Amino acid sequence: MHDVVRRTALSGRSQSSHDKVARGLGYFSIALGVAELVAPGAICRAAGVRGLEPVVRGYGAREIATGVAILNSHDPEPWIWARVAGDLADVATVAAGVQQDNQSRSRSAVTLATLAAVTLVDLACANGLNSEKGTRKTARRDYAGRSGFPQGLRAARGAARDFKVPDDMKTPELLRPWDEAKGGRRT
Amino acid sequence: MKALVWHGTTDIRCDSVPDPRIEHERDAIIKVTSCAICGSDLHLYDHFMPGMKSGDVMGHETMGEVVEVGPAARKSLKVGDRVVIPFTIICGECEQCRRGNFSVCETTNRNKGLADKAFGHTTAGLFGYTHLTGGYPGGQAEYLRVPFADTTHIKVPDGIPDEKLLFLSDIFPTGWQAAVQCDIQPTDTVAIWGCGPVGQMTIRSAVLLGARQVIAIDRLPERLSMAKAGGAITINFEEESVVERLNELTGGKGPEKCIDAVGLEAHATGSVDSMYDRAKQAMMLETDRPHVLREMMYVCRPAGVLSIPGVYGGLLDKIPLGAVMNKGLTIRTGQTHVNRWTDDLLNRVLENQIDPSFVITHTEPLESGPEMYKTFRDKQDGCIKVVLKPGTNGGLHA
Repeated sequence: MHDVVRRTALSGRSQSSHDKVARGLGYFSIALGVAELVAPGAICRAAGVRGLEPVVRGYGAREIATGVAILNSHDPEPWIWARVAGDLADVATVAAGVQQDNQSRSRSAVTLATLAAVTLVDLACANGLNSEKGTRKTARRDYAGRSGFPQGLRAARGAARDFKVPDDMKTPELLRPWDEAKGGRRT
Repeated sequence: MKALVWHGTTDIRCDSVPDPRIEHERDAIIKVTSCAICGSDLHLYDHFMPGMKSGDVMGHETMGEVVEVGPAARKSLKVGDRVVIPFTIICGECEQCRRGNFSVCETTNRNKGLADKAFGHTTAGLFGYTHLTGGYPGGQAEYLRVPFADTTHIKVPDGIPDEKLLFLSDIFPTGWQAAVQCDIQPTDTVAIWGCGPVGQMTIRSAVLLGARQVIAIDRLPERLSMAKAGGAITINFEEESVVERLNELTGGKGPEKCIDAVGLEAHATGSVDSMYDRAKQAMMLETDRPHVLREMMYVCRPAGVLSIPGVYGGLLDKIPLGAVMNKGLTIRTGQTHVNRWTDDLLNRVLENQIDPSFVITHTEPLESGPEMYKTFRDKQDGCIKVVLKPGTNGGLHA
């Protein structure tokens, strides 16, 4: 039966390769976020931009929050998409802040290339996680023949009506159903 | 031996671990012939239940053959006996056990202090279900040490397939208790939220106990098809309003008996309270998602009964206790007192009144267990119940 749907976990593991990449991205997010919070000036210099230290600190907080969410969520996909959105914000920020001197331009170019590569990894991971979920839709089953009653449903209805409910689980007399047909006696 | 081992959130692996050995005179060791993944195992897999440690062996639905018996357990067990192991470890001697309240056995939780802090008082030790309930290694393994084995077992006869007996360990008595504690009357409508394995057993139990109508609520067509086969009227909550439909089916009065077979990971597409729960859970401000509880409390008929076999772990928000109080609802809940029901249920299986194997959709070797956790959690491949067979080395595919 299961051969119809491809397995999404690695053999002997409950996680898929995309799950493992997601965890790696989670740790990466936290590490980058800490660096951006602690040393925004160095990050700006490395990226070839100036005067954006407060923005970089904010991005650091964003990276840490996303990383923690990825590592703690049983479904990291939305948080990987959040990383993709963050990547685009990073690209826009660096592109807008490119300086005119050659050294800064060169550093910004390297930074943009790196960001593009990370964005591609994030995109591949998010798409992979999404496609794993999608397989369920192709595998709906019909269990209409599985009543669980070997003698049939008709015979099963009320077959255990004589079961004696333990006293601690009985409905109190005053809460039992009112039977109009029996002149208002409780059943 | 091989065993399924918890390593962290959504990370379960089939590892080699040391074989269990007799540690106490009341212990026994069983060679596992079949075990299953329970819906409540998914709460551990997703790490919504606290108290797991890396290296813990999973599993609490297990059966097999006794291969070693401690001296104090020999009065009731011998090597070669075929046994189903209840998920609750019971001493049989404490006040609660003597009253039949086995799931709150006062003796068997070896981490009583932790449970006292978490819940106010200890509950029974459980197999493979966090250190809050004793940290006992579970039965998704080739061998299992059974503590208090002289009382913690259900003897079953030879000649009947494991698949018909295995669920005496948990989901069958759990579904049965969920229905029994509703004290079902012939005039009752019983509404059951959740058509997973426990929900399916609850539907069959309510039918056997003679409910006038049984209504099953879920969103997955394959699960609803199985519920319908068992005699339930079905509601797909993604396609229609549960409250409106339940009122329509009960002349506007609501069902007398409502059963939550979902627990702490409720899915409720698009509902405001569900989005609220997900946001709070993501921020670690709420442990459980109680959409089903809220809906049951709202729709249940006044003076009705709410039965809660679904597992909850911690702190829940926005519970409409006003509805419960003003409508005079009775709440009955708790882990299952497995051994209280199993003699009767075994007879019903032997008499062919019910065959619990109907719920099995996947049978796999133990080594495939980690992958099946993911398949089961994500409801892939029409998965409703997974049975694992240790020692079959990949030869099984059902």
